[in-house]
Amino acid sequence: MAGDDKDATLSVGVWRGDADGGEYVEYSVPHRASQTVLDVVTWIQRNIAPDLAYRFACRVGMCGSCAMTVNGRPRWTCRTHVDKVARNGRLTIAPLDNLPVVRDLAADMAPFFEKWKRANGAFQGGETRDDPIAEVRPDEPERKEADAAIECINCGICYAACDSVRWNPDYLGPAALNRVWALHNDRRDVARDDRLAAIGGEGGCHLCHSQAGCTAHCPQGLDPSGGIAGLKRALFRAALKGTV
Amino acid sequence: MNARREAYLYAAQRLTALIMAPLVIGHLITIIIAIQGGLSAEEILSRTSGNIFWAAFYGLFVLAAGIHAALGLRMVAAEWLGFRGPLANWTVAAVGLLLILLGFRAVGAVI
Ligand code: SF4
Ligand code: SF4
Ligand code: FES
Repeated sequence: MAGDDKDATLSVGVWRGDADGGEYVEYSVPHRASQTVLDVVTWIQRNIAPDLAYRFACRVGMCGSCAMTVNGRPRWTCRTHVDKVARNGRLTIAPLDNLPVVRDLAADMAPFFEKWKRANGAFQGGETRDDPIAEVRPDEPERKEADAAIECINCGICYAACDSVRWNPDYLGPAALNRVWALHNDRRDVARDDRLAAIGGEGGCHLCHSQAGCTAHCPQGLDPSGGIAGLKRALFRAALKGTV
Repeated sequence: MNARREAYLYAAQRLTALIMAPLVIGHLITIIIAIQGGLSAEEILSRTSGNIFWAAFYGLFVLAAGIHAALGLRMVAAEWLGFRGPLANWTVAAVGLLLILLGFRAVGAVI
């Protein structure tokens, strides 16, 4: 569909419902140049359906709150141009997969963040403000691994794309494990062995199939799948050493 | 402890796959060579009877396949059937053991 065609109309199916179920409702939305999927949802809410529930904040790909399923794939809607994803002027928009629904397009992120906690995803330093600042060079191999994994915006897109999460709701999932990989490569962190133990058992990193659906969908271009493979190797070494 | 067990089982699955890859190729090549000019029980037995090499080849194959299959079944049972936990672990261990016993019996019959 041409981006500057002022008369063009998009036909948009939007999932409406709540935790008990729902259905797609059809809307017609004027097509605009450089329009994002979030623009479409906002237009529907402002002009047709003021009770439409959805979530966003920054609109520039930083906060991670606007992720939805667009034409069957999880995407950050504020940075997804309609022209890139619409098929013959058609869009379907649904809440993220693999999470409970609050209402309409708003998925309940609670299980996603619970797993960050279960994976022990918070940095644990061992020094105080009186200690000298640790010197970590940006070109150290470990630091490079950590840097490559650090820019996660917690959008949940990888989690929604992961078929292992779909099969086993206990699985920690790519985002929490990617976070653990970043911390595992931060030598200032003192809880790295504890963290390996936390992510190596039931529901842990060994449930990953390494098919990289997460990596293919991550809007930040991160590679959770590669990080999880690194965690599996780290766990094997830790098992041999007896630290897990 | 749980993490250690999972790490070892993961390594076992990768290791058995690594062992089986060349064995599968060797097995296929042997089949192709062996069926040249027909195949009979005598012909097979004349090749394998008392042969330490083939005993070791297929003995290792059976061991690796039994372990690999049991670990694979464990994953499939956990995902597709939601069958997890100690009972699932013992069940797949029994299947693996059965495969290994049957395999050894077959190897023993031709060596
Ligand atoms: S590579 Fe692993 S974490 Fe990523 S989508 Fe596949 S199973 Fe999920
Ligand atoms: S790893 Fe990527 S897809 Fe997953 S939550 Fe972080 S930014 Fe989103
Ligand atoms: S609204 Fe913040 S990432 Fe899309």
